[in-house]
Amino acid sequence: MTTATPAASELTPEQRTTYQAPQGQAARDKREARRRRIPLLPALVFTIAATQLPFLATIVISFMDYRALRPDQRGFTGFDNYVQVFTNPAIRSAVLTTILLTATVVIVSLVLGTAIALLLDRKFFGRGAVRTMMIAPFLVVPVAAALLWKHGILNSGYGLLNGVLTWVWGIFGSDSPPQPQWLSDYPLISIELSLIWQWTPFMMLILLAGLQSKPGDVVEAARMDGAGSWQIFRYITFPHLRRYLELGGLLGSIYIVQAFDSVFIITAGALGTANLPYTIYATFFQQQNYGLASAQGVVVVIGTIIIATFALRTVSSLFDEETGR
Amino acid sequence: MAARRRVLASIAAAAGVAVLASGCAGAGGGGGSGSGGSAGSGDADSINVVMVNNPQMVDLQKLTADNFTKETGITVNYKVLPENDARDTIQTDFSQQSGQYDVATISNYEVPFFSANKWIANLDENIAADSAYDQDDVLKPIADGLKGADGSQYAEPFYGESSFLMYRKDVFDAKGLTMPANPTWDQVAELAAQVDEGQGGMRGICLRGQAGWGQVFAPLTTVVNTFGGTWFDADFNAQLTAAPFEEATKFYVDLVQQHGEPDAANAGFTECLNAMTQGGVAMWYDATSAAGSLEADDSPVKGKMGYAAAPVKETASSGWLYSWAFATQESSQKKDAAWKFISWATSKEYEELVGEQIGWSNVPAGKRSSTYQNADYQQSAQAFYQATEAAINAADPNNPGVQPRPAPGIQFVAIPEFAGMATQVSQGVSAAIAGQQTVEQALEAGQPLAQAAGDANK
Amino acid sequence: MTTHTNPAVAATSFKGGRAKKRRTPEQGGHPAWGIAAWAVGLLFAAPVLFMLLTSFHSETDAATNPPSVLAPLTLDGYRSFFAGQPWPPLINSLTASVVSTLLVLVLAVPAAYALSIKPVEKWTDVLFFFLSTKFLPIVAGLLPLYLFANSIGVLDNITFLILLYTSMNLPIAVWMMRSFLAEVPVEMMEAAQLDGAGLITMLRSVVAPVALPGIAATSLICFIFSWNELLLARTLTSTVASTSPVFLTSFATSQGLFLAQVCAAAVVISLPVLAAGFAAQDKLVQGLSLGAVK
Repeated sequence: MTTATPAASELTPEQRTTYQAPQGQAARDKREARRRRIPLLPALVFTIAATQLPFLATIVISFMDYRALRPDQRGFTGFDNYVQVFTNPAIRSAVLTTILLTATVVIVSLVLGTAIALLLDRKFFGRGAVRTMMIAPFLVVPVAAALLWKHGILNSGYGLLNGVLTWVWGIFGSDSPPQPQWLSDYPLISIELSLIWQWTPFMMLILLAGLQSKPGDVVEAARMDGAGSWQIFRYITFPHLRRYLELGGLLGSIYIVQAFDSVFIITAGALGTANLPYTIYATFFQQQNYGLASAQGVVVVIGTIIIATFALRTVSSLFDEETGR
Repeated sequence: MAARRRVLASIAAAAGVAVLASGCAGAGGGGGSGSGGSAGSGDADSINVVMVNNPQMVDLQKLTADNFTKETGITVNYKVLPENDARDTIQTDFSQQSGQYDVATISNYEVPFFSANKWIANLDENIAADSAYDQDDVLKPIADGLKGADGSQYAEPFYGESSFLMYRKDVFDAKGLTMPANPTWDQVAELAAQVDEGQGGMRGICLRGQAGWGQVFAPLTTVVNTFGGTWFDADFNAQLTAAPFEEATKFYVDLVQQHGEPDAANAGFTECLNAMTQGGVAMWYDATSAAGSLEADDSPVKGKMGYAAAPVKETASSGWLYSWAFATQESSQKKDAAWKFISWATSKEYEELVGEQIGWSNVPAGKRSSTYQNADYQQSAQAFYQATEAAINAADPNNPGVQPRPAPGIQFVAIPEFAGMATQVSQGVSAAIAGQQTVEQALEAGQPLAQAAGDANK
Repeated sequence: MTTHTNPAVAATSFKGGRAKKRRTPEQGGHPAWGIAAWAVGLLFAAPVLFMLLTSFHSETDAATNPPSVLAPLTLDGYRSFFAGQPWPPLINSLTASVVSTLLVLVLAVPAAYALSIKPVEKWTDVLFFFLSTKFLPIVAGLLPLYLFANSIGVLDNITFLILLYTSMNLPIAVWMMRSFLAEVPVEMMEAAQLDGAGLITMLRSVVAPVALPGIAATSLICFIFSWNELLLARTLTSTVASTSPVFLTSFATSQGLFLAQVCAAAVVISLPVLAAGFAAQDKLVQGLSLGAVK
């Protein structure tokens, strides 16, 4: 898909939603424009107030030596906190962890979600029941899901995963099944597994909606023309799904970049699993270093703005009907 | 642009604080009288208490309504959190004096700097006015750890502990092994190898491996001390990469990797307690307070345990000294109610209440000498009470190793930066236990962090 | 904020194939596909089923390897959960979720109207501004929020939490509502106006049929996100205004085994979301995709 981003002037008048001012009625136009703004203002003011102003406070604090446990040494320190942010290897590894975690979870859930959506797009006995079962992981409260994975599934002593290994090996008469210590040996993968489990249903839902909106007549026509299943998938279904894949990827990224609950609960940031949200939380809460935590926050926000610039470019094309084809 | 959702900063500015303030007063659902937000919310006759979710505290929570509230009419709202969460919450709340909690469980680690910053209330007057409380009965090493630099008492202990080595006597007997009364770490390592049955069977020893200064570094620091190492020399120079610190850490990591519990990098006190009670390990070096749970009536290992002094190498003793204690936040407006609660929870009478209603082995012990004279307690804690009392009395927080120290503390250094710094370092050690990196790498990464913490105190 | 790439393109809504004829599912095929689908469904549901089953087991049966599937059932886990005073946090969660959802609607519906039916100038910029706030990590603003709340005395206050949840969900709600309202046939509105129909009549006959499903989907999503939220509640509440996810994190005790208790707690706390989600699966899809997929 090309990211077409034409300037506003290229818009056609037919795009009804664009406000077109009739000519030569400047005063009335102004009044009309003001009138139209009224319903928007409460939400806009609230959002600006809630999101922009506090950030100003974060910026101010980021230039301060503000360690809660040292109330006697408070004051401005210039860029000291920023120097620490850029020289601290823990932050660098948190950036890498965040990228790795987000990319892995989004890509794996997208692939699994697509495959499962294709399965569920067929007619078979109990389709509704299977769909309901598939959705369940997404509806478990994230904290509950993280606790369940940590204590119920990944626990090396009595977790479900190792329990199943014991079973399977037992069936074949072996009494020394492998019992991996998931949380110690594969800590990041453990977190990824729990997130993939929660997010695959989400991707599946979006893609299923995409599949069901696929123009049936085109498929039938193609079949008449002797196209095989693979060809139909490759040339009709996949291009059609592409926008839904991008949508799922984008929305998934927005949420998973911020994943805090599962890191907090499953590993508490240990063993190289501390992502950015957890790292900032730890600087704030554990080390009580408010200045440094704020500087970390500012840097993360700037990084996010850069990435969001690209992401929003994508989303703007996603929401355009024509560019997708 | 922004940090999001921090709502109100602005709203208050724009719409006026009054709206909010009035919106808040009644808002907590508890019918709070919201005294300007600087005191705990809720009624005058209720207090907010935050504490760690150790078994002794959970018992306290269960006994409060039918006893304390019935007697005094004071309702206690508890917030019970896992240890690391509890510490984070308490530090934040107390350092900001936001007064969400009137009373909190803190320890001999926090008391020195919490009291210096006037975050917790001086209890001397309350103690003097309350002769029934019998302050002199509190074990001296424990009481001293809860005093400020001014010599006043700032917190009262709920239970005190040292550390010792717990082992399965039955297993040792079956294998023809004996545990010396004062073992060395080399002997313990050898015994661990002899009782270890390998993967799937009973392992040699449980040692905490979970990240956190209060987790892996509690036992590990005592090993460092007795190996001749220290976090800081007398001038606050960090010593993580010095030979004894490294040697001790390597010894610890090797021992737990070779003969330790499964999933060691995630094992803290709770996991080890489970491993010990479920027969997963033959030995466990940890807090003396664990013995109460091991000898509880529903414990499968009751009566099968033996207790030996904390293992040593270059020092005569190595056990730690720790107490969970209750302190009142300075900004609390319910200090009298808070003292009523504290004096009840840390009293002899409360110990008797637990003994009668829950069981003598569950008594929050290790703080009063009268406990150790009590015949009921002696009987139920027969296996370990002498070992516990001896361990507590042998601990010397001012001189725990082979060299002079810049600040008190055995398994910690009582400076504000220690918790955050040691937690970061502990993540490296935990990763070393999991095999993700070497001990040298972990300590080299930790050295500058420790030095920064030391510099802040020079 | 610098991020608005030209928004204008987003002018049309993401209709996908909605206008086109809905296709029936791919016909039959091999029964193996059905079996495969069932297998996958069961695999994903297994942890939830395991959680449900374990919540009815005793602690000892919950901690066995392999799992004791056939162990006797008991309500002990639920008993100890309800003995731990779960009602205040559950009620707080419910209050925070419901009230913040209502507030979101009150703010989002008019805003969406001003971004679709009678759009303001540069409405696309505004729309993308809303979305851009969703990209920012909450955690970066946690500290000023905490300090601010402390200074005006609204720590541990459910009203404050409600306002925060409102701002957290408002951007999503504006997007969703806009994409629904964009479907309102403006020609019909104009025609109705010419016929002299009153505002109420017009809203009821033309706008409502399109807007109501959107409101339902928006509400569901806002409710779920507020109900699930941990970080803000964990940081800004203590005893009085604490919510159920926070309660859940304190549930793993250090006293021996607790898996059955945790599972019981997890089941109870997830129940409202599970019920709402199952009941409104289609709304869930619409909501999660910010109204892009209808």
